[in-house]
Amino acid sequence: MPLLTITDLQKAYISPEGSQTRIIDIPHFEMEEGAQIALRGGSGVGKTTFLNLIAGILGADSGRIVVSGEEMTALSESGRDRLRASHIGYIFQTFNLLPGYTALENVMLGMMFGKGIDAGFAQHLLERVGLGDRMGYRPSQLSVGQQQRVAVARAVANRPRLVLADEPTGNLDYHHANAAIALVREICGENNAALLTVSHDAEVLGQFEEATDFAQVNRA
Amino acid sequence: MIKRIGLLFIVRRSLRQHALSTLITTLSIALGTGLVMAVIGIKAQSVAAFTGGQIGFDAVLGARGSQLQLVLNTVFHLETSPGNIPWAMYQTMKNDPRVELAVPYALGDNYHGFRIVGTTTALFTKFEYRDGVRFQTRRNGRFFDPTRQEAVLGSYAAQRLGLRVGDNFTPYHGLVFDESMRHDEQYTVVGVLAPTNSPSDRVIWIPIEGIYRMEGHVLRGDGEDYVPQPGQEIPDEHKEVSAVMLKFRNPQIGFIMDATINKQGKAATLSWPIGAVMARLFDKIGWMNQILALVSYLVIVVAGGSILASVYNSINERRREFAILRALGARRKTVFAVIVLEAVSIAALGVIIGFIVYGAIFTGASAIVRAQTGIVLDLLKLHPVFVIAPVCVILLGAVAGVVPAVKAYRTDVATNLTPIS
Repeated sequence: MPLLTITDLQKAYISPEGSQTRIIDIPHFEMEEGAQIALRGGSGVGKTTFLNLIAGILGADSGRIVVSGEEMTALSESGRDRLRASHIGYIFQTFNLLPGYTALENVMLGMMFGKGIDAGFAQHLLERVGLGDRMGYRPSQLSVGQQQRVAVARAVANRPRLVLADEPTGNLDYHHANAAIALVREICGENNAALLTVSHDAEVLGQFEEATDFAQVNRA
Repeated sequence: MIKRIGLLFIVRRSLRQHALSTLITTLSIALGTGLVMAVIGIKAQSVAAFTGGQIGFDAVLGARGSQLQLVLNTVFHLETSPGNIPWAMYQTMKNDPRVELAVPYALGDNYHGFRIVGTTTALFTKFEYRDGVRFQTRRNGRFFDPTRQEAVLGSYAAQRLGLRVGDNFTPYHGLVFDESMRHDEQYTVVGVLAPTNSPSDRVIWIPIEGIYRMEGHVLRGDGEDYVPQPGQEIPDEHKEVSAVMLKFRNPQIGFIMDATINKQGKAATLSWPIGAVMARLFDKIGWMNQILALVSYLVIVVAGGSILASVYNSINERRREFAILRALGARRKTVFAVIVLEAVSIAALGVIIGFIVYGAIFTGASAIVRAQTGIVLDLLKLHPVFVIAPVCVILLGAVAGVVPAVKAYRTDVATNLTPIS
C-alpha cells in the first residue's frame, strides 16, 4: 500500500472580492514508502497549499488524502494535528524555528506533540547535521545554513514516515543549497522517511532522480 | 507526563521572554494578595487579642461612665481614666465571696510615656493572665515590696526604657510624658517580668501606696481633699482607686453584678464581659475594616486585569510562535492551555511573593500594634485567608488567561507560518 494516496483533492480560496479561486485540483497522486519525490513549480501555483493539505494544516474542500493508511481528510482538526504530529515532518522555506529556544530545544519541541521527547535522539540528530557544538545556540546566534540544518533535524525528530519540504533551500545560497538538499535526502533515508519536496529551484530539483512538474499533478 | 513537562517548559520560556511585563504583573499580584492577607490576618488577630485575648479578668469596676473607656484604660492601658472610686468599693469586692480575685489599680503617672500603675502584690501572687500562668520575673528579679519605693517593669517597657534590675527612675505626673511634671520620688527596679505578649508588657508596676504618696497627689476617697503625710498611715476612707480588676467564681455573677451596679446603681460602672465591651468597639469601627478589605480586593482585581492585559498584548507578536507549535502538531487546546497556564503561573508566582509582602506588612504593622498596645501579633498564626486568597487569586489568573487564550486558540496556522516583515 502506498504511503501517501491523494484522490480528487480540491481546494479553493475565497478572494477578497468574494469570488472563489480554485488553487488545488489533483485527481490522483501517490507516494511509496521511503520514496523521494520533487515537484517543480513557480510561485503562486499552490505548492505550499498542497503540502499544507497533506500535513492537515489546511482542510480540503473535497477529495481524499490517505497517509499511512489513515484518511487525513476524514479527520477532525485535532485528529489531523495528531496524525501530523506522529507521522509527518515539515521543513519550511523560512525554517520556522522558535527564536526563544536553543537548537536542541527546537528539535525537542518537534517531538513534544508526537511520540514523546527523546533528548538523546535529539542530540544525535544535531550531531548528525554537524551542529553538535551548537546545541545551546539560539536561532539568532546561528547562520542561515545552520538554522536550516536545525530545521532538518527537527523535521525527522519524531521519526515521521513522511517529510514535507517546502522550498527547503529557498533562503540559502547556491553552494549551501546543494549541500543542504543532499543532507535532507540523507537524513530522510537514514530515518526511513519518504521525502516530498516542492521547489522552483532547478539546482535542487536536479539532485532528485525524479522531478515532476507540479502543473502535471495539479490541474487547477 | 512528558507532555505536561513540555507545556510548563513552554510556559516558563515564554514568561522569561517577556520578563519585564511578567515581573511587573507578578509584583502587582503580590501586592494585592499580600495586602488582602495582611488586612484580614491582622484584623482577625487584633480583634481576637482585644476581645478574647490574654486578659485574665472577667470585669472591671470603675467610676461611673463609659464601659469602653474603663476597659481601654485598665486592661489595655490606653485612653484616660474616667475617674476614681473609693477604696471601700475595692474592699467590698475583695470581701465578696462570689469574687475570686479583686485587684486595685491606681493610675496617674508615667515614665517617659510608659504608664505607672499602682497595685497590690495580689497581681503577682494570685492573678493568672492566662489559665494557670502568672507573672514571672526574669532572672535576678523579684516582685516589689509594697512598703518600699520599688518597681516591677513589663518586658517591653524595660526594653524600650533601657531599665534593668537595680536601676533607679523618677516618675512623671500624668499619663502623657511631660518633662516639667517630674516627681521627686525615686523608684528602684527590682524585677522585669517575662514577656506575656499582652498590654501588661508596657506597664511599670509599683505599690499602690506609692501612687498615694507621690508628691502632689491628693486623695478624695471620702469627698474631702487629703494629702498623705510621710510616716503616717493613710486612713482607708481617704484612699481611692482608678479601678478594681475582678475575676468571678462563676459567669453568672457577672449578670447579677451588671444588674446591681450598672442598671440599679449610680455610684460605679462595671465593664462586663470585657470581651463583649471591646467587641462593641470593633462593631462600631467595622466599616473601616470593610473599606480596607474592599481596597485590597480592588487591588487584586486590578492586578488580575493586568494579567489579562499583559498576556493579551503578547499574543499578537506570538501568533507565528503558535502557528509553528500548531504545525509541529500542537492542538488548539494545547495552545489554549499554554496561555491559561501562563496566566496561572503569573498569579501563582504573585501569590508566592505575596506571602513575602504579607510578611513585610505584618511585621511593620505588628511593630506598631505592639508599641501602641503591647499586644504581640503572631506572623505565623494560621488563618483561612492564607488558603482562600491564594486560591482565589490563582483562579482569577486562570479566568484572566481565558480571553487571551481564546485569541491564541483562534490563531490560523497557514496564514501565520510566514514571518511578518
